[in-house]
Amino acid sequence: MKKLSKTLRSTLSTYALIIIAFIVVQVLMGADLISNSLQGQLVPICAYVCLAVSLNLVVGISGELSLGHAGFMSVGAFTGVIVAACLARAGVEAELVLFVVSAVAGALVAGIVGLLVGIPVMRLRGDYLAIVTLAFGEIIKNLLNNFYIGVDNAGLHFSMQNSSSLGMEQGTIIVNGPQGAVGIDKISTFVGGVVLVLITVAVVLNLMHSRSGRAIMAVRDNRIAAESVGINVTKYRLMAFAVASALAGAAGVLYAMNYSTIIPSQFDFNTSILILVYVVLGGMGNIRGSIIAAAFLTVLPELLRAINDYRMLIYAVVLILVMVVPNLKTYQRLVDMVRVRILKRDAAEQAPAAAEGGEGHE
Amino acid sequence: MSKLTDFGKARRETTKMVPVPSHSIMPERDLGQAPALECLHLGIDFGGLKAVDDFNITVGKTEICGLIGPNGAGKTTVFNLLTKVYQPTRGTIMVDGQDTAGMSPARVNQLGVARTFQNIRLFDTLTVEENVRIGLHNQVKSGMVSDILRLPRFWKAERDFHEKALWYLDIFDMAKYADWTAGSLPYGAQRRLEIVRALATGPKLLLLDEPAAGMNPSETAELMENIVKIRNMFNIAIMLIEHDMNLVMNICEGICVLNFGKIIAKGTPEEIQQNPQVIEAYLGAGAHQGEKGGEAA
Amino acid sequence: MEILTNLINGMSLGSVYAIIALGYTMVYGIAKMLNFAHGDVIMVGAYICFCAISYLGLPAIAGVILSVVGCTVLGIVVERLAYKPLRDAPSLNVLITAIGVSYFLQNAALLIMGSDPKSFSSIISLPALRLFDGQLVISATTVLTIVACVVIMAALTLFTTKTKMGKAMRACSEDRGAATLMGINVNSTISMVFAIGSGLAAIAGVLLCSAYPTLMPTTGSMPGIKAFTAAVLGGIGSIPGAALGGVLLGIIEIFARAYIGTQLADAVVFAVLIVMLLIKPAGLLGKNVSEKV
Repeated sequence: MKKLSKTLRSTLSTYALIIIAFIVVQVLMGADLISNSLQGQLVPICAYVCLAVSLNLVVGISGELSLGHAGFMSVGAFTGVIVAACLARAGVEAELVLFVVSAVAGALVAGIVGLLVGIPVMRLRGDYLAIVTLAFGEIIKNLLNNFYIGVDNAGLHFSMQNSSSLGMEQGTIIVNGPQGAVGIDKISTFVGGVVLVLITVAVVLNLMHSRSGRAIMAVRDNRIAAESVGINVTKYRLMAFAVASALAGAAGVLYAMNYSTIIPSQFDFNTSILILVYVVLGGMGNIRGSIIAAAFLTVLPELLRAINDYRMLIYAVVLILVMVVPNLKTYQRLVDMVRVRILKRDAAEQAPAAAEGGEGHE
Repeated sequence: MSKLTDFGKARRETTKMVPVPSHSIMPERDLGQAPALECLHLGIDFGGLKAVDDFNITVGKTEICGLIGPNGAGKTTVFNLLTKVYQPTRGTIMVDGQDTAGMSPARVNQLGVARTFQNIRLFDTLTVEENVRIGLHNQVKSGMVSDILRLPRFWKAERDFHEKALWYLDIFDMAKYADWTAGSLPYGAQRRLEIVRALATGPKLLLLDEPAAGMNPSETAELMENIVKIRNMFNIAIMLIEHDMNLVMNICEGICVLNFGKIIAKGTPEEIQQNPQVIEAYLGAGAHQGEKGGEAA
Repeated sequence: MEILTNLINGMSLGSVYAIIALGYTMVYGIAKMLNFAHGDVIMVGAYICFCAISYLGLPAIAGVILSVVGCTVLGIVVERLAYKPLRDAPSLNVLITAIGVSYFLQNAALLIMGSDPKSFSSIISLPALRLFDGQLVISATTVLTIVACVVIMAALTLFTTKTKMGKAMRACSEDRGAATLMGINVNSTISMVFAIGSGLAAIAGVLLCSAYPTLMPTTGSMPGIKAFTAAVLGGIGSIPGAALGGVLLGIIEIFARAYIGTQLADAVVFAVLIVMLLIKPAGLLGKNVSEKV
């Protein structure tokens, strides 16, 4: 029972973190204490948090290195934009309906693409799997660069040549090849973003603490042992991959609907890497860590704006130091010294009790 | 606990294995009932090397069978073949009368073969209870959708998981460790947890790969009791690889000796102890000659 | 003739990929890490050569030597500062560090050299090769690139099989622990691999920019990714595999550009990689290592 309450406590504190952060931001905005540029970052922050949490499902919980997460984000983003444009043309005006329907559509299509990509990918392991996810991400980007999609009264038109070959009369072009999607209704809101974050976190956490999630973690910890207790390894690796893709798709919709234009090359390898950095810095399998890392690292370049020219350089140095410093011998010695000092103090306080026992480790 | 049967009855039901070369389906067994395991001409090649060749064995429904042999004889390879970690090059494996050809390791487990590993393979970062819950994966059902949406089915499954996991842990008196991380358990407890996890999958045949490795005599004695106990409790067949001859000779009803990938002897513990080929395999040809000379004199 | 021209151009581009891929594969083989900053070393190498020729007015050969020396030093320094402390850390942490180094190099270049593309004038001033009455024109850069790749491959093969250092290198990548017990200094061996890999990257950078003369701080990243892909295609950790993968990738890319379209060329390259890996999961010349149970 103690274990359950421990999981429950950690889960609740994760939700609490999101809600408190939301309230704080709302209060600060009410008091006009947040700069305009930072306000513009609020929706992208939510999107990146969703992406980091969903990628953590693949990298941290399922234990597969994926380098193509941005690909699924872009599938969702473009699906969402197309669906929203079609709905708007059909006369749907309520922004909430537009947003929800396009987010669901984006998640669905990205999930299906994730499943289709996952079937061949899951035949591989380790670095080979990583490079194939990278390849799929690049292929998705390249294909989107060649997509021309428009809508007119006759319905959707699709071409891979150019926009004029769509053969439309008085239609609107939604996706225009490398120029991307233009004229997007900016319907994403911070509230919508926070709700999506909550949904994403709930899906991942619920999955983690369930029969399916334990199977996924079993495969990560020891594939051969997992097989030996009757777990269908491919099914659960695929499940984690597809669910994460769907969540990335929804996050992509949120992200796209915050801008009037998106282009396919925004969702390239570097974006995938950026999301991976959030996951690793936040801690593998640690959902709360992913949230904090994604939010902090999206804000960091914003905070460093004063030293504009050097900010990305500093970002890089921070990244390296965060990884390297905990492994330095001098740092470890320092930590040990502090720990020993604290232990000594504790021991001095309860010296008589600690005199016996305590050394029962194998 | 209802399945508890008395030891004597279980022992009567088991069959003796016949020494090589004759391969037979146990004579004193009710033939209507398929054996827990039957291997026919099983073999695997690694490159040109015949790691296991012409491996024939029949293990009765509730038999405890020992698989022994010098290091590198191919014992663990046999286990890997039985659990489909390796796909056999030739031969058939029948589990409870069903051919396992082409099955995945997961499918073979669902059919009723569970195992432990020589080098312990627990889910180290998860708790002891979670390890057993993963063993129960196919005993308690709940789908991804109900898991994510926390439908009533999920809660029912979690309750089942918790109850059953603790019940299984209780068999080896391990419920007290439920919240420990599996990787942090003492060595002996890790070995026991592997057995619990394997049992939780509801096997008909349990394969134990060197269960007593690294244990002291009192731990080994306890393990021996436990092996017999779980056989009687669950009425299952157990096949074990072990170097501790005391354990093997005391609890195994049938023993199969492997050397260079081939069976060199099969029989009861008494028969195996007398078998000249076994002595030669373990002690070398010289020892055997010497003994023969002694006999002649 | 067109096919032949494309084939030769493909081999030339592939040779550049192969030289870069060698760095990836050697580092992976010995340090078991994906050195994502490797692509940016190419860029640094090209910039050094560019500066030496344009600003210092040095002859081309001096520029190349300076660039190789500079990158070799850079490789050793980066390895000492960023990767060595992480020798026993989880591989993903090393990966993130490499990404950090990549960001660092790109942004440092951006600060020093500016974001506007530099036009790199080819270091090779030999006349183009004309065959079949001028029907087939091969530029000197193309020929030299292929020659450079062949020479480097031959030298590396000799080095790894004949010299003591090369054998130590192979021993380390086979089993680092056992190599240590045999008295091999693993740290200096790893340093040496980084030095060789980075030196090769400098040559690749100069050759790449001689063929495609736009030089920017991000110049190295796409060839870096492609070369990494090539290394995996050939079987990561295998030196002949890297060469084979690189050349193959270059040829596929040029043919895809010529017959399918520039826009989709990269998609075709990656699709071929995926198909090949599904057929041979450990790459063309990679060893399939199965887990011991």
